[in-house]
Amino acid sequence: MAQRAHVAEHLETSTGLDNRKLAMWLFLASEALFFGSLIATYLLYRGQSQEGPYPHDVFNIPFTSVSSFILLMSSTTMALAVGAAHRGRLHQMRTWLLCTALLGISFLAGQAFEFTEFVHKGLTLSSNLFGSSFYVLTGFHGAHVSVGVLILLSLWVMAARGRIGQHNALNVELAGLYWHFVDIVWILIFTLVYLLDPLAGGGA
Amino acid sequence: MAQTTFEGSSLGVLEALRQLRRQAATYQGIWSWIATVDHKRIGIMYAITAFLFFLAGGVEALAIRLQLAVPEGQVLDQEVYNQMFTMHGTTMIFLVVMPLSAAFFNLVVPLQIGARDVAFPRLNAFSYWTFLMGGLFLYSSIFFGGAPNGGWFGYAPLTEKAFNPGHGIDFWALGLQILGISSLASGFNFIVTILNMRAPGMSLLRMPVFTWMTLVTSFLIIFAMPVLAVGLFQLSFDRLFGANFFNPLKGGTPLLWQHLFWLFGHPEVYILILPAMGIVSEVLPTFARKPLFGYPFVVFSGIAIAFMSFGVWVHHMYTTGLGPVANSAFGVSTILIAVPTGVKIFNWLGTLWGGDIRFKTPLLMALGFITMFVVGGLTGVTHSMVPSDYQQQDTYYVVAHFHQVLFGGAIFGLFAGIYYWLPKFTGRLLDERLGQLHFWLMLIGFNVTFQPMMILGLLGMPRRIQTYPTGMGWDLWNMIATVGAFLIALSILVFIVNVIYSLRRGQKAGADPWDGRTLEWSIPSPVPPYNFARIPVVRARDDFWHHKYREDEAGRPIPVVAGGANGHEEQEGHAEHIHMPSPSFFPLIAALGFPLIAYGFVLADYALVAVGVVVLLFGIYGWALEPASE
Amino acid sequence: MTLAELRGTRRRREEEGEAHAGGLHATTADYIRVAVALFIITSIEVAIYYIEGLRGVLVELFLALSGLKFLLVVMWYMHLRFDSRLFSFLFAFGLTLAVCLFVAALATMKAGLL
Repeated sequence: MAQRAHVAEHLETSTGLDNRKLAMWLFLASEALFFGSLIATYLLYRGQSQEGPYPHDVFNIPFTSVSSFILLMSSTTMALAVGAAHRGRLHQMRTWLLCTALLGISFLAGQAFEFTEFVHKGLTLSSNLFGSSFYVLTGFHGAHVSVGVLILLSLWVMAARGRIGQHNALNVELAGLYWHFVDIVWILIFTLVYLLDPLAGGGA
Repeated sequence: MAQTTFEGSSLGVLEALRQLRRQAATYQGIWSWIATVDHKRIGIMYAITAFLFFLAGGVEALAIRLQLAVPEGQVLDQEVYNQMFTMHGTTMIFLVVMPLSAAFFNLVVPLQIGARDVAFPRLNAFSYWTFLMGGLFLYSSIFFGGAPNGGWFGYAPLTEKAFNPGHGIDFWALGLQILGISSLASGFNFIVTILNMRAPGMSLLRMPVFTWMTLVTSFLIIFAMPVLAVGLFQLSFDRLFGANFFNPLKGGTPLLWQHLFWLFGHPEVYILILPAMGIVSEVLPTFARKPLFGYPFVVFSGIAIAFMSFGVWVHHMYTTGLGPVANSAFGVSTILIAVPTGVKIFNWLGTLWGGDIRFKTPLLMALGFITMFVVGGLTGVTHSMVPSDYQQQDTYYVVAHFHQVLFGGAIFGLFAGIYYWLPKFTGRLLDERLGQLHFWLMLIGFNVTFQPMMILGLLGMPRRIQTYPTGMGWDLWNMIATVGAFLIALSILVFIVNVIYSLRRGQKAGADPWDGRTLEWSIPSPVPPYNFARIPVVRARDDFWHHKYREDEAGRPIPVVAGGANGHEEQEGHAEHIHMPSPSFFPLIAALGFPLIAYGFVLADYALVAVGVVVLLFGIYGWALEPASE
Repeated sequence: MTLAELRGTRRRREEEGEAHAGGLHATTADYIRVAVALFIITSIEVAIYYIEGLRGVLVELFLALSGLKFLLVVMWYMHLRFDSRLFSFLFAFGLTLAVCLFVAALATMKAGLL
C-alpha cells in the first residue's frame, strides 16, 4: 500500500483494472482453497470423535450469534468507510475505519472468551478430532481477522496523518475486500460448524 | 520534539537503508544485488541458486545409486538412506525445477510481453529471498539432528511425532511452508503481470506460448499451494501441539493427509512440466524457422491440462481402498488428461515437419524432451489403468515414470531454455560443441539410468528400500542404473565447464543470435535495465519475425531491409520518460522473518518466534510505507 | 475561497469519487439495506435452530440462508455487482474449484457411499 499513485496515473493496464485490485481478488480466490481445506477437514471429522467433549457439550449458540452479528456489522461499517474514502469524506472514513477495527476486536474478544470457556469444559486441541479440527479452523479464521484489524488500525493511523485520501482510496477498498472475505468465511463457519452440529439434530 | 532511543535508532537504521538504496540504484556492487527489484537480476539469482541445489540433489542421487549398485550395499545405513531420498526428491522438485522455471518466468516473460518489469517488483524480490531462506532452512536440518526422512510426500502417520520423534520432519513441513509463500507470491505477481502489462496490441492470443504457460502455471500455483499449506499446518499442529489430524489413536485417518497432499501434488507435477513445455514451444519454431503449428491448440491444450490436473489426484491412491467407483472415475479422468498432452506432441511434430532445421543445442534438448516425455507419458497411461497400477504402485516402475517425465521432460526442457536464453542475458553464446557433448552424454546417461528401472519395477523391486537381497534378478539392472547416474554427472560437469568457459571467452551473441521470432530478441544482449527504449506496438503473433521478414509466394521468408534488431529499436512505439522502480531492502528483511519464526517453532523457542514476527512486520511496514520509486 | 465555492468543490470531488468508483455505484442507503437484510437473515437462522419441526430440512435451509448472506456481502459490499466481470470470474472459479474438489474428496471417504 505504498504511495504508487504518482506512478499509477501513468500506467494504463491491458485490462484497464488496477494491478493491486486484481492481485487482491486472485489472493481471495486462492484463500477459498485454503479455507476450503480446513472446512473439509472439519466436515470429514464431524461426528467421528471417539470421546468428548462434543459440540453440543460446549457450543453456546446465543453467544456465538452475537459474535456473528458483530462481525456482520463490521462489514457494514467497512463498506461505509470505503464509500467515504471514495467520496473524499475523510473524517467519516476515519470514523468508520475505527468502528470496523473495534468491532473486529470485539469479535476476537468474543472468540477468546468462547475458547477459554471451551477449554474449561475440557475441549483442547488434543482432546479429540473435534477439538483439533475446530480450533485450527476457527483459529486460522481468527488469525485472519487479527491481521485485518492490524491493517485497519494502520490505515487509521495513516489517515490521521493525512496520508490516506480520495486519491489513494484504493488502499481502503483493498482492505475492505480482505475484511469482507474474512466475514463471509465466518458466515460459512457459523453455519457449517455451529448451526449444523449433528448431535443437536442439525443435519447430516 | 524529543525522540526516544527506539525511534532514534529506527530512524538511524532507516536512514542507513536509504543511503544503501541510493547506492544500489547505480547497479554496482553487492548491495545492488541484495536490494535489486530488477526481474532480470532476480531471474539470474533464481537460476544460480537453483543450479547449486541441483548439484546438491545430484550428489544425493549419486549416494543413493552407490548404495543400490550392489545387493546388501553398505554405503548408507537405513536412516541416512531415508534422509537421502527424501532430500533428493524435495530438493529436485521444490529447490530445482520450480525455481529454475521461476528463473525463466522472471527473465523472459516481461521481455516477451514488451514490459519494463513485472507488476510487483518488490514482491518479486521477496519471492526470491523467501525461496533462498526456505531452501537454506530445509538444509540446515542436517545440523539439528538430521534431515527429514519421510519422503518428499511426507505420508502421515509415519511423519507423526510418535513414529518420527526428531526435528527432521518439522524442518520439512515448515521449510515447505516458507517455499510455498515464495511460490504463491510469484504466482500472483505473474498473473497480474501477464494480464495487465502487455505492450499495446499484444492480445492474449498474440502472446508467446512460454508466456501462456507461465500464466497457466501461475494459476495452478495459486490454487494448489494453499491445500498443501493446510496439510502441512495440520501435520505441524499434530507434531508440535498435540493435535489429532492424523493420529490413528484418536480416529485420525491417513487418507486425509493423502487427499490433501495429492490435491496439491498432482497439479504440482503439471506446475513442474508446463513451463518446460512452453520452452519447447519457443525453441522448435525458432530452429525450424517456421511458426508454431496449431498455436491455438497448443495454448488451449495447456489450459485444458491445467484444468484437468485438478481432477485426477486419486490416481495416487488407487491402492488405499477407496473402492471401485472412486478408482474407476479417476481412472477415466487420468486417461483423458493424456489427450491434450498428445495434442501438444502432434503440434510440435507439425512444427518441425517441413522446417528448415538447424540442429543447435537448444533444439537437441527440446527433441530430447519430446522423445523422453512421450515415453514417460506412455508409462503414465499404464499407471492410469487401475489394474496395472496395482502392480506398479510403490515399485521402481513409478520411479522410472516420474524421472522419465521430470528429468527426461522438465530438465531437458529447462536446459533447452538455458542454452537458448543465456546468450540474451549474458551477451555470450554457450559453446556449441560442448553443448552437443553435454546433450548426448546426458541423454545416454539418462536412459542408462532409468530404463532399467522400468524393468526393475516390473520385476517387483519396491521403492524406498535401502537395500535388496541378491537372487531377485535385480542386481544387474541396479548396477547399470548406477553407471548411468555417473554418466549424467559427467554430462553436468561438461555443462559447468561450458558455462565457465563461455562466460569469459564465448562468442558474442548480439541481440538476435538465433534469428528469433519473439520480442526478447529485438533488444540488445545483455538487456539494458529498462528493457525497451520504446515500448513496442504489437501487430501480430511473432511480431518481431514479421518485422524482419516478409513472405514470398511460396511462403519462404524474405528479409526486410533494416528490419532486424541491431541494437537500435526500429519499431514504432511511444517515447516515454523511463521510470524504473527503485531498489529495496525490505523484501529481504521481510523474508528473513520466516526462518526465524520457523526455527522458533522447531526449537519451541517462542521468544524467537516473536523476534521473527517483529522482523517480518518491520519488513512489511517498511515496504508498504516506502515509495515504489524515487 | 467562499463557502459556496468550498461546497461546490466538495460536491465535485464526491461526484468524481462516484465516477472513479466505476459509474454504477452502491449508495450508503444500499449498504444499510444490506446490513438490515443480513441482520434479519441471521436472526431467522438462529430462530429456526431452535424450532424442532424443521430438523429434517435444516441443512437445506441453513445452506440457502447462509448462501444468501454470502451473496449479499459479495455482490454489494465487495462490489462485484458493479465491478469488472473478471473479478467475479476469478473469485467464482476459486470457490467452485474448492467446492468441487472437497465434495469429491469427502465423497470418496464417507463409508458406505462409494
